[in-house]
Amino acid sequence: MTTVALGAGQGRTLLDPALRADFPILARTVRGGQPLVYLDTAATSQKPAAVLDAEREFYEQRNSAVHRGAHFLAEQATDAFEASRAVIAGFIGGRAEELVFTRNATESINLVAHAFSSATAKKEHGAPLPDGAERFVLAPGDEIVVTEMEHHANLVPWQELCDKTGAVLRWIGLTDEGRLDLTDLDEVITERTRVVSFVHQSNILGTVNEVAPIAARAREVGALVVLDACQSVPHMPVDVRTLGVDLLAFSGHKMLGPTGVGCLWGRAEVLAAMPPFNTGGSMIAIVTMERTTFADPPQRFEAGSPNVAQAVGLAAAVQYLERVGMPAVAAHEHVLTEYALAALAEAPGVRIIGPTTATGRGGAVSFTVAGLHPHDVGQVLDDEGIAVRVGHHCAWPTCRRFDVPATTRASFGLYNQPFEVDLLVVGIRRAQRFFGVA
Amino acid sequence: MDTLYQEIILDHYRNPVGRGLREPFEAQVHHVNPTCGDEITLRVHLEGAGESATVADISYESQGCSISQASASVMHELLVGHTVAEGMGTQEAFLGLMKSATDDSSSDPDEDVLGDALAFSGVARYPARVKCALLSWMAWKDAVTQALTPGGTP
Repeated sequence: MTTVALGAGQGRTLLDPALRADFPILARTVRGGQPLVYLDTAATSQKPAAVLDAEREFYEQRNSAVHRGAHFLAEQATDAFEASRAVIAGFIGGRAEELVFTRNATESINLVAHAFSSATAKKEHGAPLPDGAERFVLAPGDEIVVTEMEHHANLVPWQELCDKTGAVLRWIGLTDEGRLDLTDLDEVITERTRVVSFVHQSNILGTVNEVAPIAARAREVGALVVLDACQSVPHMPVDVRTLGVDLLAFSGHKMLGPTGVGCLWGRAEVLAAMPPFNTGGSMIAIVTMERTTFADPPQRFEAGSPNVAQAVGLAAAVQYLERVGMPAVAAHEHVLTEYALAALAEAPGVRIIGPTTATGRGGAVSFTVAGLHPHDVGQVLDDEGIAVRVGHHCAWPTCRRFDVPATTRASFGLYNQPFEVDLLVVGIRRAQRFFGVA
Repeated sequence: MDTLYQEIILDHYRNPVGRGLREPFEAQVHHVNPTCGDEITLRVHLEGAGESATVADISYESQGCSISQASASVMHELLVGHTVAEGMGTQEAFLGLMKSATDDSSSDPDEDVLGDALAFSGVARYPARVKCALLSWMAWKDAVTQALTPGGTP
């Protein structure tokens, strides 16, 4: 992949805009024939032809039920599915047997929360539990720690778990700049903390959180560490061997892959200690009328017919990202983010919600425009073919923390280029003029 | 975009009618649009009983986009001073207007009933914005239903 320099002496490089041709949708027009300016990758990424081809090829050549049947296609489909698992696990430094396929990251996190409520209920009733499941058994007053910048997907499942078990939810607050306030970390994560689940890169603020200090404190008190890596795995190199977390959730559709497939990576001994999530076919060892024993991970957590074609598509997405190179993707998006932050800082009436410098931050840039509701900003931008996200971004408490009902968010992917940031800024100015606030 | 943001809508957005929470009132509701976080707190004050009661006041505090703000203002203008039965009819007509882009079976909008609310016809073409326009109208219907329920909240 060739790269071009943006600005003189920056030492950082943008990816070749030619790779936009790999994404068929970027060639279409919207709203009266205008070129699509897609600045909503944090919501979902666009897909390169390689991913679409991989899915199609699977259905055309290898489609069959996996992990059952002994015919030729069954073998090929199973091979494709399991090879995909290995490719995706390898992408984050993990092993195939540590990677569970889910529907999406939301389901991955629910799977973990469910392991706690299930282990707690089974313990109470004396039902059999996997070895090591004690660490998933909660007592009233035990504590669960999240942060104030969580996506609802990493907040609501834990609130539900608290309601089911009597555990107490606590959270790490934020600084005005939109970073985690770790000054009282030792008081938030205590001897009573059983699990710390936090976001790697905020989908609304763009903040990239340092994992090490939180994971270290969690380990000190024996708490499980869960990382919501939905916005980090697609945008930067992530290696589970050095992160120091126990479980890590991410989504396929945000990383150039298909919808309908997500992943939960877990350290082998942690997954082994977890009771199952959905139950039924494919996840069992022995079934009698009285009782069932369960398969080892990852099959234990994959009840029913899995999302095979989507897993194959996600593996193709991973291979695409590997060809570009994650350091190159991260560098590209860093340049774009710097460029956008500078342009928005100069735009009158625009307030960035989240870190205003590109250090320790990714390419999800939320902002407000004085006197304008984000819906109206988004509508004017849409009229120019610019797709942004407006609303609370499934992070309502984070909006409240910054005293805004909603924000407009531009988010970048490897296919975006600086000209699209320029169009965004022009569009914001047009919205201000249209509503008479500029 | 001018079909969406008609001048009447922008006027109501800039100078909303009936805004603020006032006494007396028989019912107060709080509605949110969970997809975008828009909120409205709305009170109704009725004079008389049942469907023939007069809508003496609709008072509200809301936060949201121009469409949702203007919609509440237009609704205030259209409903206050009319009976509950008339108001329900207007509400139905407005709902019909919002579905007009997706529902071929809906009849032509009643200009006499809808008045300024006809300006929202362009909203129907933007499905994501229909909920913005409906927020205050759904809140009003809820509040009136509660106000007319013996013993308060149904």
